[in-house]
This record gives sequence, C-alpha cells and structure tokens, in this order.
Amino acid sequence: MIEVRELRGVGVGTGIVVGPVLHVSRQAAAAPTDAPSAIGAEAELARARGALAAVSGQLRERAAGADEATRDVLEAQALMTDDPELLAAVERHLESGVTAEKAVTDAFGEFSALLADAGEYFAERVADLRDLADRAVAALQGRSTELVADPGHPYVLVARDLAPADTAVLDLDRVLAFVTSEGGPTSHTAILARQRGIVAIVGAAGVESLRDGTQVIVDAERGRVFADPDAAELADAEARIAAREAAAAAPAGPGALADGTAVKLLANLGKPGEAAEAVRLGAEGVGLFRTEFLFLDDDATAPTVEAQQASYREVLAAFAGKRVVVRLLDAGADKPLAFLSPGEEENPALGRRGLRALRASESVLRDQLAALAAAQAETEAELWVMAPMVATVEETVFVTRAIHEAGIRTAGVMVEIPSVALIADRVLARTDFASIGTNDLTQYTMAADRQLGSVAALQDPWHPAVLRLVEEVGAAGAASGKPVGVCGEAAADPLLAVVLAGLGVTSLSMSPTALADVRVSLARYTLDDARAIAEAALAADEAADAREAARAAADTITAGRQPGDRARRHTP
Amino acid sequence: MERTVTIASGHGLHARPAKLFTQAVAASGHQVTIGRPGGKPVNAASILGIIAAGFENGDEVVLDVQGDDAERVLDELSEFLTTDHDEADG
Repeated sequence: MIEVRELRGVGVGTGIVVGPVLHVSRQAAAAPTDAPSAIGAEAELARARGALAAVSGQLRERAAGADEATRDVLEAQALMTDDPELLAAVERHLESGVTAEKAVTDAFGEFSALLADAGEYFAERVADLRDLADRAVAALQGRSTELVADPGHPYVLVARDLAPADTAVLDLDRVLAFVTSEGGPTSHTAILARQRGIVAIVGAAGVESLRDGTQVIVDAERGRVFADPDAAELADAEARIAAREAAAAAPAGPGALADGTAVKLLANLGKPGEAAEAVRLGAEGVGLFRTEFLFLDDDATAPTVEAQQASYREVLAAFAGKRVVVRLLDAGADKPLAFLSPGEEENPALGRRGLRALRASESVLRDQLAALAAAQAETEAELWVMAPMVATVEETVFVTRAIHEAGIRTAGVMVEIPSVALIADRVLARTDFASIGTNDLTQYTMAADRQLGSVAALQDPWHPAVLRLVEEVGAAGAASGKPVGVCGEAAADPLLAVVLAGLGVTSLSMSPTALADVRVSLARYTLDDARAIAEAALAADEAADAREAARAAADTITAGRQPGDRARRHTP
Repeated sequence: MERTVTIASGHGLHARPAKLFTQAVAASGHQVTIGRPGGKPVNAASILGIIAAGFENGDEVVLDVQGDDAERVLDELSEFLTTDHDEADG
C-alpha cells in the first residue's frame, strides 16, 4: 500500500479532529468484472438467491430492534432486496454467462437508472440501491455485510460514500469524523455531518489507501486529511481544537468581520417550531422563512388567512425586535399544489413557479399577505417579505407594491434568476432589499438541475460565474444603500461566507447549526481581507480553483498575522 | 379482474405507502399488477417497480388481480390505495 501523507477534499464546516482511521468494511472490494462464470448460470443464480436472502434477512433482523422511522427504511430495503423483478433482472443478466457478483450489481444498477430517470425525489433510493448491491456482493464473497466492525473506541470513518440506511444504524457517538472518497457538499454524508455537527471531508480521493488504525488529523476547514502527523502537527491541531472549544463556549455576539463591519447572521426556517433552536444557536433573526409547509399539508385547498396568521405569529413572536424575512409561497410543478398547479410542464424549473404561480392565482397571494400583515400587527418583530422567482423589473414593481399595499413596510425580491442579478441596480431601485438564493441562482446560471446527480459537479456556488453575479448584486446594494442577503447552502460555507461579505453581502442566512462556524470564520478577516479573498476567487476559472484560491489568500492573511502557526503546516 | 381507483396517499405511492402496499400484495398470494390507464402495468409485488412508476396522489391507477377470490383481494387493495397512509402516519 502506498503511503499517503496528505489528502484533499471538500470540508464540511470548520471542525478539526484527531483519531484513528476505520474503513467501512463492505466497500473494500473492487467492482465486479464481466469475466465469465466458472460454474454456470444455474449455480450462479443459486449463489445470488442465497446472498440476497442473507442480506434481506439481516435487514429484517435489524429492523426488529430499530426505532419506528429506521424500521420503515430497513423494511423497505429488505423488500427491495427480495423484489421479484430484481431477481428476474439478475436471471436475465446471468444468461450472458457472467458471475453472480456482476449480475447482482447490474440488476441493482438497472433499477437505479430507472429511479434516477424518474427524477428528483429518488436520489436517496438510488443511494439505497447502491448500498444494497454492495451488501449483496459482500455476502457473495463471504465478507462482512456490516458497515463497520465496531473497534470499541471512537474512530474516523472512511467510506466511498454513506447511504441513509448506513447512518441510520451507525453509532454516531463513536464517529469522530467522516471522510469519503466520493460525494460532494450536498451528499447525504455532508448533510448529516452539518446537521449533527460532525467533522467531515467529502470527495477526498485516495483516502481508501489509508490503513485501518492510521492516526489522522481531519481538518475540515482546510479540506485536508493528514496521516501520521508528527508531534508539532499534533500540538498545532490540539491547540486549534482547544481554541474552537473556547470560542464555542463564549456567548455568541452579532455577526461581524474582524474590523467590526456587521454581517447579520440569520436562520433559515421551514417551520415555526424551529424558531427556538435558532435563537438558542445565536441567530440574529430569520433570513428565510419558507412558507410551503403551510400549503403542503393539504394540497387541495389553500389554508385560511386565520390558520396562516397563527403560524406566522408563532415565528414572529420568537424574534421580537429582530428581522424576520418571510418568503411568499414558492410553488411550481416540482412542488405541486392542486390549487396552484400549472399542470404538466416539461421543465418545471423553468415553468410557472414562484411569483409566476402566485400571479396566476392572485387570491392566494392576497390571502398570504393579509395573514402576514395581521401577524405583524400582533407582534414586535420586524417583518420583511420577499417574492421567489422574480425575473424582471416589472415583476419587482408588481410584488413590491402588493406587499406595501398589504401594510407591510419592507418588501424585497429573491435573486435566483441571472436576469435580475444582471440588472440588480434597476431592480433595487424599485424595491427595498434583495436576497440571493444561491442554490437556484447556481442552477440557472450553470443550467444544471439541482436534483440531478449526473450534473452535480456543475452545481457549485463557488463557480466564478455565480460569484460574479453575486458581485453585481452586492455592488448594486452598496450603491443604493439597500441590504443584500444570501440564503442558501453557500452562506453556510465558512470560507464562502467571507467571500460573500467581500462581494458586498450584508447578511447571511443558513441552517442554525452552521451559525457558529460561520461566525468564527467571519471574525478572522477584515472587510479589506474579505475583498482580497473574494478577488482571488473571482479571478479563478473553475469552482474548485476559486475555492483553492480563496483558501490560499485567506491562509496568507492569517499566516501573516500569526507567524509560525499556519506556516508550519505547509512545510512537508 | 380489474378496477380503477384514485391514489389517496398525500405523497403518492412512495417510501412507506409503497412498502405497505407491496407487503399487502405479497400477503394476498395473488398475481397483481398496477398501472396507469392505458399504460404498461408493473408487478404490484415489486417495490422497485412501483417506486420507479412514480404514482402520485390523485393519480388514477388500474389494479388487476388474477386467481380465485380476486374480488376480495381487489376490495382490500383498493381500500388500501384510497386511504391516506401519510396522514395516518402523523
């Protein structure tokens, strides 16, 4: 095995941890080849049947001892493994004379492809199927089908990628960090790590070559894994771990850069019940309150003004004296609601969604605004309301007037479509604020479906084209003196948050668990630093280069301030 | 024996409802297919086939049951499809 000292990947958050490597056992084998079977199709079929039955038996056994939600997942997986059509596909593949390993892998692959074609909702199912195929192949080869053999101590879990069913049965208290060789910032592993505050690096190619038990430093902030660190590197890591713990224990102040420039740190919320947790984690308000939940419970009719008002009141009451930005209903063919449905559309992402759908059913818009205005009157929060999927100045004027006429003082638009980013000066002249939805802005800028794994590599908010659009909006905000926020995964990336501040963004809204890391990151750089880091990112050709360039610029700045700290890390 | 029913589960025939439905089909011991009117039917005992077909809330589907006692099985499975299992899940 080749000795690797340093591996690169995409870090999730800014955590750092030291511990021994433990590989996911059943992913160790190479992909089966189409070498001919030595024992014939009939014997291979018997092997395949036995392996599938063993896997489904294990899943059922584990389901019996699991909590209800996990039990449903595991029972569904057992049924998939027992699926009669899957077995028929295995038989069909065996006809060409391949091994059971190959036929099982291809049969699962066939259904994965079907599900991937069926679209957005099935990404998790596709991951499930790959996981089941891995288990079945492991069973065929007599290897353990368990995810890990518990070593009895905490470990750094190394895997190709992790499926929801893996993590559902994993003892997360044992896991110091996740390091995966595949997967990106929106993979299940990354999302789970973010939710649970676990250190993670995804897409770290080559990590498979590290032996079990190897001591590693997992440095999510730099996206680096250091194997077999020396005493000085370990001491440095321990010092940073201690500093992070101290920072986390200190009371959370308002978000600001090192020179005091305020960058409001807000929470993304999807339900009123999430407000208390956001306050606890130091949110200075709400930067994105999604209102779809009110409408998805009953998709035949819109909720009454009174029912809406009660939900809005609950959120506003938790943020007395603070800003709460509410997004108007964002429905479309991808989130269909019978009363707003545009019918079948070939390209729902480019169809009648967001504000377009609301204008087609103006009573829904008027009711929502009336409910928001009434809730505002009952509480002390500072209510801002914004419209999703705005493409033109005319739409900006329309919705800003509608919001103001309802008695709500502050109206804004979301910047998700490149058109409004490109004429942000004219848009901001006609409304009170802009909020950049980086997930959709990236999707539309790169013409890459957010839900499609095959184009996920293009779905990166670090792409200089996306950053340039953000720069355009930031500049328009600075020129007009109007606030420009970002809501979306980009705001939760501690380094990208600094870049966004450098581009003129004045507030960042994210899932509350990301607030602490972003707060610490912002406090390290002045506005001039942030601008220099943003410049470096903008000058890159590719998303990955932009991330690297920003990292290098940031490291140069901090190394200049603390000689001997970061510098040592770069000497081999 | 065939019957056309409308799917009532709030999130369609995915995840949990798909699991419960295929379990009910398997328990019936009958040969059952499900498909859109005029479309290609899939084996109703295949959870993978059903999930991939993407039956949504409000979709009309044709259930076909073969064998003795088909009417009783049709009644049971129709009842299942016209009940909102996501709702019942809380």
